[in-house]
Amino acid sequence: MTTKSESGQWPLWEVFTQPGGGKPHQHAGSVHAPDAEIALQNARDVYSRRGEAVSLWVVPSVSITASAPADSGMLFDPGNDKPYRHPQFYKTPKGIQVF
Amino acid sequence: MSQALFEYLLRLGDDRLVLGHRNAEWCGHGPILEEDIAISNLALDLTGEAQLFLELAGKVEGLGRDADQLAYWRDETQFRNLQLLELPKGDFAFTMVRQFLFSAWSHFLLEGLMQSKHEDLKGIAAKAVKENRYHLRHASEWVVRLGDGTEESHQRAQAALDQAWPWTGEFFLADDVDRVVAAEGLGVNPSGLRPQWESIVNDVIRRATLTVPNTPMRMVGGRKGRHTEYLGHMLADMQIVARSHPGAKW
Repeated sequence: MTTKSESGQWPLWEVFTQPGGGKPHQHAGSVHAPDAEIALQNARDVYSRRGEAVSLWVVPSVSITASAPADSGMLFDPGNDKPYRHPQFYKTPKGIQVF
Repeated sequence: MSQALFEYLLRLGDDRLVLGHRNAEWCGHGPILEEDIAISNLALDLTGEAQLFLELAGKVEGLGRDADQLAYWRDETQFRNLQLLELPKGDFAFTMVRQFLFSAWSHFLLEGLMQSKHEDLKGIAAKAVKENRYHLRHASEWVVRLGDGTEESHQRAQAALDQAWPWTGEFFLADDVDRVVAAEGLGVNPSGLRPQWESIVNDVIRRATLTVPNTPMRMVGGRKGRHTEYLGHMLADMQIVARSHPGAKW
């Protein structure tokens, strides 16, 4: 892992924290760090010092491929007028109390 | 007996109170935001441990003094901390090297205290040993990165180690207080901790490509209330609010 990015800053890492109770890891924010071990420690100090997490992941931000804002119309708008893609669109048959 | 235990608890409390305050001086001045928060966390952990040890010291003393009274209303000659811990925070290298040397020593001390026959002391040690384990890891990793980093960081880390080293002799000095509490099964005699401490310290120093200094140990006396010129100034800063507003509540 390189210790400095082109900007002269330490590289950025995305932090994921797992709350207790078997919940999935969730994005918590980001930290700067020169390498993975320090990224993990910084993530611990910044995002989990109040007992928020039982597990931490750190991922180099450059490893994340993000969708472009300009593509959001193409990618997401077509879902807006298709309520039948939600389970709530369908009526529950009479007589069913619990699923 | 309770006099020896009181003295012993003051030592445990004062070490952490003084180092905690030195680390707190970094708050808002850390090299980067993340490390600023990390050092402040160290400071808070140490101050919290100091509060527990001093509160217990006050209880053992039996004169009605609590942790705040012991922290804010004693003067320099009544402090029992190791002299290394009162030295100014210096640069980031010195802060990390000092933290590393202390945390490595404190680790074995706290592990020993987890076997104490004194239930309250044992409980505090069990809590503190977890915090201390992280302090040791954080400081060790930084010592390695600074030592095995750039030319400047290597030179600063070696200078920090050279500066701190002669003060570490005080870690292992034992007197009657230590011998009494150890004989009673309440405390740990620090004179036995050197081999374990050296094995951790030498390993990290080697990974950091640094050199173990070959300097003689200094004259010391923190445990007897003899301190460097720096502690008085630090205490003036630390104690002024409590002394200006006695009994004020947060």
